[in-house]
Amino acid sequence: MTEFLSDEMVLNMGPHHPSTHGVLRFILQTDGEMMRRAIPDVGFLHRGIEKIAELLPYQAFMPYTDRIDYLASICCNFGYALTVERLAQIEVPEKAEYLRVISAELTRIGSHFVGLGALLLDLGAVTPFVHALREREVYNDLMESLCGARLTHNYVRIGGVSYDEPPGFREKTRRFIDHIEYEFLDEFNELASFNTIFINRMKNVGVITAEDAIEHSLVGPNLRGSGVKHDIRKNDPYSIYNRFNFDIPVGHGKFGTMGDCYDRYWVRVEEVMESCRIIRQALELMPETGPVRTKLPRVFKPPKGEIYVRTECPRGEMGFYLISDGGKNPYRLKIRTGSFSAAAMIGEVSQGVMVADLVTIIGSFDVVAPEIDR
Amino acid sequence: MKISDLIALLKERLRDVIVGIEEMPNNDVMLEIKRHDLLPVLTTLKKDKELGFISFTNQLGVDYGDSFAVIYNLYSFALGNKLTVKVFLEKDNPEVDSVERLFRGANWFERETYDLLGIRFKGHGNLERLLLPSDWEGYPLRKDYVYPEEYHGMALKRKTLFEE
Repeated sequence: MTEFLSDEMVLNMGPHHPSTHGVLRFILQTDGEMMRRAIPDVGFLHRGIEKIAELLPYQAFMPYTDRIDYLASICCNFGYALTVERLAQIEVPEKAEYLRVISAELTRIGSHFVGLGALLLDLGAVTPFVHALREREVYNDLMESLCGARLTHNYVRIGGVSYDEPPGFREKTRRFIDHIEYEFLDEFNELASFNTIFINRMKNVGVITAEDAIEHSLVGPNLRGSGVKHDIRKNDPYSIYNRFNFDIPVGHGKFGTMGDCYDRYWVRVEEVMESCRIIRQALELMPETGPVRTKLPRVFKPPKGEIYVRTECPRGEMGFYLISDGGKNPYRLKIRTGSFSAAAMIGEVSQGVMVADLVTIIGSFDVVAPEIDR
Repeated sequence: MKISDLIALLKERLRDVIVGIEEMPNNDVMLEIKRHDLLPVLTTLKKDKELGFISFTNQLGVDYGDSFAVIYNLYSFALGNKLTVKVFLEKDNPEVDSVERLFRGANWFERETYDLLGIRFKGHGNLERLLLPSDWEGYPLRKDYVYPEEYHGMALKRKTLFEE
């Protein structure tokens, strides 16, 4: 067969390609514009976070969780804190739970804005990216007023959160989500989502069936884009998510086949709206005053045991498998991230697509390179 | 399904192969089996109509000092239950059957475990290092790992404030 494939060429894409969202490399086997295979090459951002966890006390590891997924640092903080709390059976004050949920959902909005904007940027639409980042700037200001940092927040602590809400936080947050839900998303959809060129680039590209998505361990919006109604916040509720009324958006083939790039994109747009709903309810229910942090002993030692806790991050479920030997450092901490299985999936779905569609597929999975490599 | 019901059901289905089964925190069940039973047990867990553990959510390797272990986290959409399967391996020959054919998503998880802990997966299609460079020596997540002094002429250690 090989003599008929004489046009086959091996190309290198990345690790500093603008559309690979960080340091991620692909080895492409192409035949003209058609691609036979794309092999992802990861590990450029491997910092050994799991090894660092074994060398540090439980509380001291918290800032490192920010760096797992820098676009959604609070969600990573949240997952790690929840794991340790469930193992050590620490009660979290009521107000801290609300502040955690509000900040985590704000982070989801901010993270999805980068995901949606960057996807459009990869396809050549520069303006929506700027619009999305303009709104993310408001989110950054909100988080700065809450915890003093704009990117790696390090806000959640084991047993609560670091600071109480600043004066005027509720009002500002309410104004932000009102603007997102009633003005910005309509404007964004009109500008980008319902653009014919954009739809044609996205529909029927990179189709993943529900069975395939489960088989390849896809999680989060990528799984829901294929029509599987599974969200850890509903199916295995943690914190206080069972108090809120919200839906799980799933892909249903809005413009093309179910599970294509457009469905994965649209699930994220709808998730932003659901997050707004959760934040609005949480702002209503949050107590005015109260403690935000449980006092822990200075040398904190959780009991011996093993636990696996999953939380819903913007890029799908983030699982922490923690093994404690009763000492002051974790014995072993495994971090399972959504981008890890999504990056493996890119290699599978990109067989036989056009080279330009690979960029669409990478963008639609919304992978973040440090989360793959950890 | 309640944890006690799930334990009873698993005991009935996997009567002969269970080494240990117990409740874990966070509504989880820990099932311990022997090394050569791994593939048949996971096949039963996945293919059995009533159990239906079709979602492979996580896999990790652990160095317990005197032995290695591989841990699989599964999830059943039908039951809404989590299950943790654990297999202990000998220290001098850490090898276990690959489940890549059964759960396609396990491919990269197994490569990562091989990369960081040196546990070999028999029957894996492409068992190469995933995160570290292919010429890296040693397995960093092993407890007896010694940090190399340098890699291709680049110093990997620097003096900290505490060691003079």
